[in-house]
Amino acid sequence: MKFKSRDRSSHPPYILPPYKSSLTRGPKTEPIIVPQSLTELTGPAYDESIVGELDHDLTRNGQTNGEPIGERLIITGRILDENGDAAANTLVEIWQANAAGRYVHTNDQHDAPLDPNFLGAGRALTDDEGWYKFTTIRPGAYPWGNHYNAWRPTHIHFSLLGPNIMTRLITQMYFEGDPLIPFDPIFAGSPAGAKDRLVAKFSLELTEPGFALAYRFDIVLRGPEATPFEA
Amino acid sequence: MPKSFKQTPSQTVGPFFAYGLTPRQYGYNFGEIASSQLTKSDTKGERISIIGKLYDGTGTPMANAVIEIWQADSEGNYAPLYTKDKFFGYGRVGTGTDPENRFVIETIKPGRVDDQQAPHIALIIMSRGIMQHVYTRLYFSDEAEANAKDPVLNALPAERKTTLIAERKQNEDRTEYHFDIYMQGENETVFLEF
Repeated sequence: MKFKSRDRSSHPPYILPPYKSSLTRGPKTEPIIVPQSLTELTGPAYDESIVGELDHDLTRNGQTNGEPIGERLIITGRILDENGDAAANTLVEIWQANAAGRYVHTNDQHDAPLDPNFLGAGRALTDDEGWYKFTTIRPGAYPWGNHYNAWRPTHIHFSLLGPNIMTRLITQMYFEGDPLIPFDPIFAGSPAGAKDRLVAKFSLELTEPGFALAYRFDIVLRGPEATPFEA
Repeated sequence: MPKSFKQTPSQTVGPFFAYGLTPRQYGYNFGEIASSQLTKSDTKGERISIIGKLYDGTGTPMANAVIEIWQADSEGNYAPLYTKDKFFGYGRVGTGTDPENRFVIETIKPGRVDDQQAPHIALIIMSRGIMQHVYTRLYFSDEAEANAKDPVLNALPAERKTTLIAERKQNEDRTEYHFDIYMQGENETVFLEF
């Protein structure tokens, strides 16, 4: 078994000048390509025992005295590989700002209110067809110091494990129609033709009537090479 | 003709991952799936502490990075599925809670996973400013003979091999391996792709 490599036409470069902190943090030397051994072809996996009852529901897992403020959303989709096969039973971890654009993280100094009933973190295990589903609050946009009047588009951070350590992926999901998307250097850093894969689509079909709107976000991880035909 | 599925682009983990990825370490009220403590009282193998800093291109230790490790048990076996009672070779630590921004991981020295490779630990590094996580490996300074035959180390330029060797130090009854990682500069760590 051999897995396909990280596809350069899909991922942003390490040194991305409009995103300032990449200048001193992205490696400047080309990585060295080495064979895939058992170390790379294995990786951490979990079963449902790792996921608590409310872990997938961010509108409930941070409550202290009531419901969080904001517009409820369903975020759902499938985790697939490059062959279109489902990544079943894989862990999806997310974190995000609250409706006011404030993160719970103690280093976030943005002058916007914290919500005592919203933590902003969740996790879920995909089902046999690769589906995951979270209930959350629509995050707010927030300013950051990268350049004059810089605002991050609303987004949700995603962390995926997949079947081995080569399929590990850290990414961010954006919302269709967000007017801040074209101004964001982190979004814009991915190659043309690839970055739109980061944008979740509104889905009336997946909406829960009377409860929450829904966005669909599918994710594609590195997949195994097709088995070559015998000569 | 099968439909083509293209990889979803990587994005930076950003500065505010702690309550999602390493909540217990940073004191948030949410369970965590992995930590810097891989050993339990009955774990077999030689107990070791991996200690290091992650430096950016200005020579400053990075305070908002996540280091993940993946390793075999003391007999060289990978146990991919997490269970409460078996050794699980996956660790995760943020660099933002140590006063010197070190990462400290308590684990065991892994055995050899096959006849060719020297004992090693795989590392994944992510941070604000890093658009795609990087991979590297940690090897052990007291395994010179096995390291000399290791196919990954032998694929590297001779002068850069040392960036992957952790230095063994005995600190009273604690066995430490010191492993600093340099994202850029003269001593830039070798990063790997597979």
